[in-house]
Amino acid sequence: MTILSHLDELESEAIHILREVVAETRNPALLFSGGKDSIVMLRVAEKAFRPDRFPFPLLHIDTEHNFDEVIAFRDARAKALGERLLVRSVGDSIRTGRVVLRRPDESRNVHQSVTLLDAIQEHGFDALFGGARRDEEKARAKERVISHRNEFGQWDPRNQRPELWNLYNARVAPGEHLRVFPISNWTELDVWQYIRREALEVPSIYFAHAREVVERRGLLAPVTELTPARAGEKGVRRTVRFRTVGDITCTCPVASEASTLDQIIAETAATTVTERGATRMDDQTSEASMELRKKEGYF
Amino acid sequence: MTATLTRLPAADTLRVATSGSVDDGKSTLIGRLLYDTKAILADQLATVERDTARRGGAGMDLALLTDGLTAEREQGITIDVAYRYFATPRRRFILADTPGHEQYTRNMVTGTSHADLAILLVDARQGISPQTKRHAALVGLLRTPHVALAVNKMDLVGFDRAVYERLRAEFLALAAPLGFESVTPIPMSALDGDMVVERGERLGWYEGPTLLQLLETAATTRRSEGRWRYPVQLVSRSRYGERADSRGYLGRVESGSVSVNDEVRVWPSGVAARVAQIVTLDGTLETAGAGRSVSIILDRQVDIARGDLLTHVADAPVVTDAFEARLAWLASSPLDARRAYLIKHGTAVVKAKVLSVEDRLDIHTLQPIPGSAELAANDIGRVRIRTARVLPLDRYADVRATGSFLLIDEATNATVAAGLIEELASHG
Repeated sequence: MTILSHLDELESEAIHILREVVAETRNPALLFSGGKDSIVMLRVAEKAFRPDRFPFPLLHIDTEHNFDEVIAFRDARAKALGERLLVRSVGDSIRTGRVVLRRPDESRNVHQSVTLLDAIQEHGFDALFGGARRDEEKARAKERVISHRNEFGQWDPRNQRPELWNLYNARVAPGEHLRVFPISNWTELDVWQYIRREALEVPSIYFAHAREVVERRGLLAPVTELTPARAGEKGVRRTVRFRTVGDITCTCPVASEASTLDQIIAETAATTVTERGATRMDDQTSEASMELRKKEGYF
Repeated sequence: MTATLTRLPAADTLRVATSGSVDDGKSTLIGRLLYDTKAILADQLATVERDTARRGGAGMDLALLTDGLTAEREQGITIDVAYRYFATPRRRFILADTPGHEQYTRNMVTGTSHADLAILLVDARQGISPQTKRHAALVGLLRTPHVALAVNKMDLVGFDRAVYERLRAEFLALAAPLGFESVTPIPMSALDGDMVVERGERLGWYEGPTLLQLLETAATTRRSEGRWRYPVQLVSRSRYGERADSRGYLGRVESGSVSVNDEVRVWPSGVAARVAQIVTLDGTLETAGAGRSVSIILDRQVDIARGDLLTHVADAPVVTDAFEARLAWLASSPLDARRAYLIKHGTAVVKAKVLSVEDRLDIHTLQPIPGSAELAANDIGRVRIRTARVLPLDRYADVRATGSFLLIDEATNATVAAGLIEELASHG
């Protein structure tokens, strides 16, 4: 008797979760940013529903501070799949006064929650699929596969539904919604191994390339129009790649020569720093940054 | 051994749950397991050192690795199930770190329901506590096949063999009626690392496996032998392959395996058909085993909807609308026989009534107390249930997937209890 490989087992689990939530909710959507985790989510959705169309639209909450390569990839991927992509922008939330910035150059990452909750209300979504993984962060490690959010979109870690066996409770009251994480049990390494196995395309900035960066608090911050070198800092050209491709203002590349999937996998298996630790400025402000953001409606 | 070798995952995955009382050192044990298998990375260690210092400690408090929520850090307890991932060259592990604190026992049930192996922790100085007994009973109830008894804090009893032997004997006697496939007591010091990953030098009298050795060799529960059970999740009307007009029944093989040409029945209707095709995006399969998500096409048009169950003709479930079940009550508000509940069984959701509470387990003696009328948070009791339509049931001991169900409060949508079917009246 054949035993499922670990990637097959993870894939089948994710397919099962997608199908359960589609069956039990009225109006789900799948968050697609063009990043590697959401690329995996799209592949799993194909496995779950083809030859049919996806029973949900794709949704991207765009901070307007994303890398051009990633946005171009996002649009091309949605088009190639023939699926509907909705984009709602944090910039619009700022222009209409829903989001007020304290400083014009502050990170828009945390403000995505407002735009996201507005989009949920606008479309009446009752479930959102996301590519968050439990290995990313300590608060995420305590997240359910199906995370219940109240009418303010808030996460109450003390009041989550127990999840037993393979039985999921996806019932949701009007005005509330679910965040659903089908690849909860995947690690960063699993994601890259799956991308290799399925021969999935990813945005070019995941591979090693030359880029101007400055060293800041032990990280390599990208020098861009949005994030120029600060006074006293000197930009240097380094060979780098991104492990995660979030908002430009808080996402840093790592020094790397990895230019193929095999090399990325070897590097990921041998790394001594976590994905978020190497790349995210927004997680380092307090022990509970992610938990606090999630309680306010963040993913 | 290089980091690459350590962290490239091997073929199969063992699911592990840990539970223990508040001060048994569970978080420290997990921190030790992750640290010694090199699953903790440099920035996480730096964070732990910083957080330890912030709390006025020195060095590294490994418990801070796993307590992720602010309230847990403030109160020094674990509230919620946390999932950890690590791998050795032999295996990949998913570890559910579950709370020991009494009011969060529901989360222990949650974490344990997925487990192939449960680690129960006791403090060598304190011995077997009522909480240990409750946890052992729960793990037994959920039929987790393997149990490791981690006799922790051996450093605080001078690595005294007599202390370990006494606890070992007491636990083996306690566990004997619970029906585990294997029970392995291990003396250890999670704080210093003895017998977790490394053997250490102070427990030379102990000849059994280290905790990691046990984890690397225990058998998993996802086996493809046994009864084939396939709850239908969705029906696709698309044309699949060459079979025009054939509908695809989307689902996952929950147990056993199915092959093309197998004679199957649809439940609860009992209608028979043959498997024509097993379809995936990557092509058709001859056979699909436990755990696999597929789409099944039958050789004839039959009326099948979400909530139906496919099985082989030869091993039918018991189809009934009245049965007894063991409930683990998870909600903070108690069972109210006047309330309407929903049962989620497989992919079916049906209205249900709890007619009576037959007994409730005494957590100290594990004996049923008959004549109990109420089930409150963390109680385990036997109830009689009636459902609005028939369900295809198995005993939990025979098939986990169709022998278990959730009880959902129809008003709040909360999952209020986990149900297990222990006995069924008759086959038919």
